[in-house]
Amino acid sequence: MTPVPLLQLKNLRRAFYGLDVLRGVDLAVSAGGITGLIGPNGAGKTTLFNVVSGLVPPDAGSIRFDGEEVAGWAPDAISRRGLVRTFQVARGFPKLSVFQHLMLYGRDQPGESLWQAIVGTKAVREREAALAERAWETARFLKLDHLIDNPATALSGGQKKLLEIGRALMAEPRLVLLDEPTAGVNPTLQNEIGERLLELPKRGITVLLIEHDMGFIARLCNPVIVMAEGQVLTQGTFDEVRTDHRVREAYLGRRAA
Amino acid sequence: MLSYLLFIATIGGIYGLLALSLNLIWGGVGMVNLGLAGFFAVGAYASALLTTIGHAPIPAGWLMALVAGGFAGLVVTLSTTRLREDYLAIVTLGFAEAVRLIASNEIWLTRGTDGISGIPGPWKRALGPDFNAVYFLIVVLALLVVFFLMRRIDRSPYGRALRAIREDAQVAQVAGKPVLRFKTEAFVLSAAIAGLAGALYGHFTSYIAPDMFLPLITVYIFLAVASGGTGRPAGALVGAYMVMTLLESSRFFVEWIPGVTAVQRAALKELLIAVALIVVLRLKPSGILPERMPPAPRPS
Repeated sequence: MTPVPLLQLKNLRRAFYGLDVLRGVDLAVSAGGITGLIGPNGAGKTTLFNVVSGLVPPDAGSIRFDGEEVAGWAPDAISRRGLVRTFQVARGFPKLSVFQHLMLYGRDQPGESLWQAIVGTKAVREREAALAERAWETARFLKLDHLIDNPATALSGGQKKLLEIGRALMAEPRLVLLDEPTAGVNPTLQNEIGERLLELPKRGITVLLIEHDMGFIARLCNPVIVMAEGQVLTQGTFDEVRTDHRVREAYLGRRAA
Repeated sequence: MLSYLLFIATIGGIYGLLALSLNLIWGGVGMVNLGLAGFFAVGAYASALLTTIGHAPIPAGWLMALVAGGFAGLVVTLSTTRLREDYLAIVTLGFAEAVRLIASNEIWLTRGTDGISGIPGPWKRALGPDFNAVYFLIVVLALLVVFFLMRRIDRSPYGRALRAIREDAQVAQVAGKPVLRFKTEAFVLSAAIAGLAGALYGHFTSYIAPDMFLPLITVYIFLAVASGGTGRPAGALVGAYMVMTLLESSRFFVEWIPGVTAVQRAALKELLIAVALIVVLRLKPSGILPERMPPAPRPS
């Protein structure tokens, strides 16, 4: 019996101004690994992330996550359910420190109720202390601990990407969607990010990532899903999809007859 | 002279409450409320009507002001949830003007532009000339309570979530924060504080009329928060007293300038205030007491 996938999309559709960007996406991500999502520019990869994370509602189709239908849910509800995403261009809060970024993503915070925040209950203090410990641990794991009191704007591009991964980790998700975790990052830091990502499945976190660097995909991802023109073209190991002629055509165009 | 200073200090305290109210939503969540004067008016009228026509005790009026201000805030936020951020500014500005026009025209209730006089002050008759001093202490007490409340929120996980929403609401939502809930709560609380400030104002001056709630008050409070420091309650308070001091002291300063007419003096006064604020913001672009980034607690 095959296990039930952690994330299953069926016939997911989304159009913008009459242009079909997602034209019936079917895919499944099983728990416990790093799945790569590749495809030429305009294939609909980021739109897929936007729809799955709730930022853009789907026109039609089903998104089953961890046994529950989440299509049409608000992004914050999806995030609290255990599905957290990052952005292609690292987005954060300019006036918040690295530490505050990490703390913010902590789940189940009693101190986010207005009343408890004003009263300052024991539950609030205990949760803050526990989260602070996790935030330090996460910062050390990503080698950002020496920057913990810096504003996020003071970080380099690569460090911002690392911080995004750290934020996702703080949320204790079941699944993270990483949108180009190494875009615009120097090779040394790229290896660093790759190594950190390999740790995630060991912590019980499943990863689905978009990436254009094929070396990175080959090293980290199995399986690899290929999207083109708003649909899933094929899926398999990196070597399988690399040799697939449809994938070559999608990237390079058809040979003229 | 002392009673004049007490008067200024009391009005400054009421401005301080308004500044704390604005700082919570503008400095805290980044919502622009151009209708602050409207919530101020709602509170002032609610309390004045309840204690004059309704003959209720003054504390009941203050409570009513909090509730009425908060309720008005709830209506405004819920009616703007589907609009983009900047439209909130337009709606709130319209709200404040609507409140003022209702107060001017619903004569059966508000006595129109004549205003409501004879608003009772606490122990006013018994205190006689000491009334101003006692009332100043009441305002200071209210100011301190609200100030510590705001500081608590500011330093709590709640305040952290508000800041995140201010910086990027979409990312905050992806981080699992119910943005609408945070915005609504903060706006309602802020409007309630503005309402309380209005009630404190009415029972102090014993008279309110629609032309006391012009948009200019909102502008002064924005100047106070911007020059004092957005995103920090202490900054808002300092800013409020600074703007109040500028408004009043410039009045004396222009008296010393020879050879200008009364009209020119009034214009000169506005000019002086403008110059002073430009100087402050030139030297301290984030305000006198800028927002702080709290350091992470060191692991034990």
